[in-house]
Amino acid sequence: MSLKHIDLLICCGSGCISAGALKIKERFHEVLREHKATNEVNIIETGCMGPCDYGPVMVIYPEGIFYQHVTPEDVEEIVSEHFIKGRPVTRLMLQNEEKTFSIQKDVPFYQKQIKVALENCGYINPESLDEYIATGGYEALGKVLTEMSPQDVINEMKASGLRGRGGGGFPTYIKWQMVHDNKGAEKYIICNADEGDPGAFMDRSILEGDPHRILEGMMIGAYAMGANMGFFYIRAEYPLAIKRIKMAIAQAKEMGLMGENIFDSGFCFDAEVRTGAGAFVCGEETALIHSIEGERGNPTPKPPYPAVQGLWGMPTVVNNVETFGNIPTIFRKGAKWFASMGTEKSPGTKVFALTGDVRNTGLVEVPMGTTLRELIFDVGGGMIGDHKFKAVQLGGPSGGCLTVEHLDTGVDYESLKERGSMMGSGGVIVMNEEKCMVNVAKFFMDFCVEESCGKCSPCRIGLKQMLAILERITSGFGREGDIEELQRLGESISKLSLCGLGQTAPNPVLSTIRYFRDEYEAHIRDRSCATKVCKDLMHYQIDKDRCIGCSLCARNCPVKCITGSREEKYIIHQVDCIKCGNCYDVCPVKAIEKEPGMHPDTVAHRSELGKAVNRYEDL
Amino acid sequence: MASVAQDQSRVYDTLAEAIEERKDLRNPLIEVLRIAQELFGYLPIEVQEFIAEKMNIPASKIYGVVTFYNFFTMKPRGKFTLNVCMGTACFVKGAPKLVQMISDYLGVGIGETTEDGLFTMSAVRCVGACSLAPVFVIGEDAFGRIDTKDKVKEILDRYE
Ligand SMILES: Cc1cc2nc3c(=O)[nH]c(=O)nc-3n(C[C@H](O)[C@H](O)[C@H](O)COP(=O)(O)O)c2cc1C
Ligand code: SF4
Ligand code: SF4
Ligand code: FES
Repeated sequence: MSLKHIDLLICCGSGCISAGALKIKERFHEVLREHKATNEVNIIETGCMGPCDYGPVMVIYPEGIFYQHVTPEDVEEIVSEHFIKGRPVTRLMLQNEEKTFSIQKDVPFYQKQIKVALENCGYINPESLDEYIATGGYEALGKVLTEMSPQDVINEMKASGLRGRGGGGFPTYIKWQMVHDNKGAEKYIICNADEGDPGAFMDRSILEGDPHRILEGMMIGAYAMGANMGFFYIRAEYPLAIKRIKMAIAQAKEMGLMGENIFDSGFCFDAEVRTGAGAFVCGEETALIHSIEGERGNPTPKPPYPAVQGLWGMPTVVNNVETFGNIPTIFRKGAKWFASMGTEKSPGTKVFALTGDVRNTGLVEVPMGTTLRELIFDVGGGMIGDHKFKAVQLGGPSGGCLTVEHLDTGVDYESLKERGSMMGSGGVIVMNEEKCMVNVAKFFMDFCVEESCGKCSPCRIGLKQMLAILERITSGFGREGDIEELQRLGESISKLSLCGLGQTAPNPVLSTIRYFRDEYEAHIRDRSCATKVCKDLMHYQIDKDRCIGCSLCARNCPVKCITGSREEKYIIHQVDCIKCGNCYDVCPVKAIEKEPGMHPDTVAHRSELGKAVNRYEDL
Repeated sequence: MASVAQDQSRVYDTLAEAIEERKDLRNPLIEVLRIAQELFGYLPIEVQEFIAEKMNIPASKIYGVVTFYNFFTMKPRGKFTLNVCMGTACFVKGAPKLVQMISDYLGVGIGETTEDGLFTMSAVRCVGACSLAPVFVIGEDAFGRIDTKDKVKEILDRYE
């Protein structure tokens, strides 16, 4: 890719940037100037390489040496030892007890991965059209426009078996065929980059790391269905993604890859970027369309499907970023090749954002059907510290939790759904034994209540009711029958809501009840949260034998509920304690313990006051 | 006061230009509101009415759009907006504690502005830096793995 001897690829994905990648890049420029070696080294800023947890990371070619946790102080040594003397710096390589991993592809994190949508992410400079072309970019578009009819393109998509990566898993070719067959005067294609699932960042990373790929995928789709105009709907929280896509559009136009009569085929195409304004429901396709139209992003009932009546009433296809990301490769390597990966019903690969209490957090791409165990323990490197795996949440606020017994489940659309979870956009949140599942369910419910657009009552009112029940359970006022009430409400809301938000919002609650019912029961019956997360269902206790009577806790207690003396030692007056945890943090001898369960004093106090403290009494 | 009024009118002129530039786009209302919020810092009723007149859209509709999206605010903001991520990954990694630490340090809660007008604290859903959870963002700078009061203090003290 360059005439220089060394290619230095510095990851400038969001993770590495926050870890200081830009400072390191500056330092490289400085040090290379000092050594008069700027001509020997080609510094390339790439998109996310994936292993965010090791950041800042970099790869040095021709060998492919992988350095992690690099600091600006390490730069001098890399230049003088590695670049000048040819002796790579071992201490910056990834090491475990047995081995040092010098080459990127040997790093265990990459072992089970197959990169399709992420092919170029972390490998090319996303701001350079030339680099995209050098890796085979726009070959697929050329082939499609010059050798294939729109129907051929759709047939090839059918053969590939590609299903939408935005969550639903709907076969992409069907939507394209519908719009193709629809003889509208105008047709539109939309890229859904709203990425609303909190805990997922693959769409952002692909847009930032390989924007031309998405544009190429969109254009192939546009040609197949006969659309001449495309929109990127990108959330406002992703300014770099917005900038990169705008840049890619401008570059493609300048090169004649977009605009009038592309590749002399007679096909014309233009695209525009629209930004979201922070509403989860706008990821839903009908809501998204209304938002582009400048309206409130309320969903509307389907049918009419967007393929029949979409943007400005015209036939429209909405596809996810990652869906488009697969398309150029499908046409370059063939539908057969693509369909040979993954499972029969879910061919290809899927990008996952691995986060939570797992060691290697980051972005990974594995064949469909890879088991959760492989994903979390092989690629993800297992749990942080000595903690045990407890649960994994897939599919974000619409998904569900799975447990240890599901670790050997292969991830594909059907298997996850059968077990009460969901593929969703690919957020994988791994949780250890310190997490309270009732609290996690409450978190998702809170999210959905806040994001409900309010158009239909099952979602607007029903979810609020579910949240209130969860709040009363976690604050120690749970009642017999609450679990059944949650299930009853959840099932009806799923059936009656207008859009996917309401239809799937009960899933996290229903799945945690299914797999962690005992936790709900302990919260309700024993007024106890075993993980000590729910503040009302735990208490702090001073161990008299260990307390040295220093009074630090008493002085730091904001409500002055700790009293005592050097001789008598200190005690907490449970009824007044607000569980701020200050005492726990300041005690120099760690004499304060967190105990599960509501303290008997608090239980007695509450029953004495009755209604005055129980705001859930009349609910 | 005269200069404040002049400044204001200049900002209105800039907004009018931005609207003019976009008049060929189809329904650019949300883009225009974004620009207006950038210019004024927030979207008071007067600004909404101004846009309504210039774009020939009922003010009630603009109000409907402004109140629908979390991104738009009708309250003035501090010099910096500090967005704490309350996405799932951050939640699991201790975002509630982070909110508490920042709130203790600044003396304001979510949705409030510090007395000196420096920070407005708000909560957002996932900023796409989940591998660094828990995260907060000021402007375009993301700060990750913030787990102690000292780290919070060290970062916030840089802003003035
Ligand atoms: C509440 C809700 C939120 C959604 N959010 C997104 C999103 O952020 N990104 C996305 O691609 N699809 C999202 N979807 C799915 C879209 O409605 C649509 O199915 C998808 O964009 C189609 O693209 P695909 O076929 O390529 O997957 C969401 C759906 C619902 C109901
Ligand atoms: S299900 Fe919820 S988000 Fe969807 S339309 Fe109804 S109220 Fe709105
Ligand atoms: S801080 Fe610890 S040692 Fe000191 S009085 Fe409190 S419990 Fe005892
Ligand atoms: S959940 Fe906080 S950055 Fe994604």
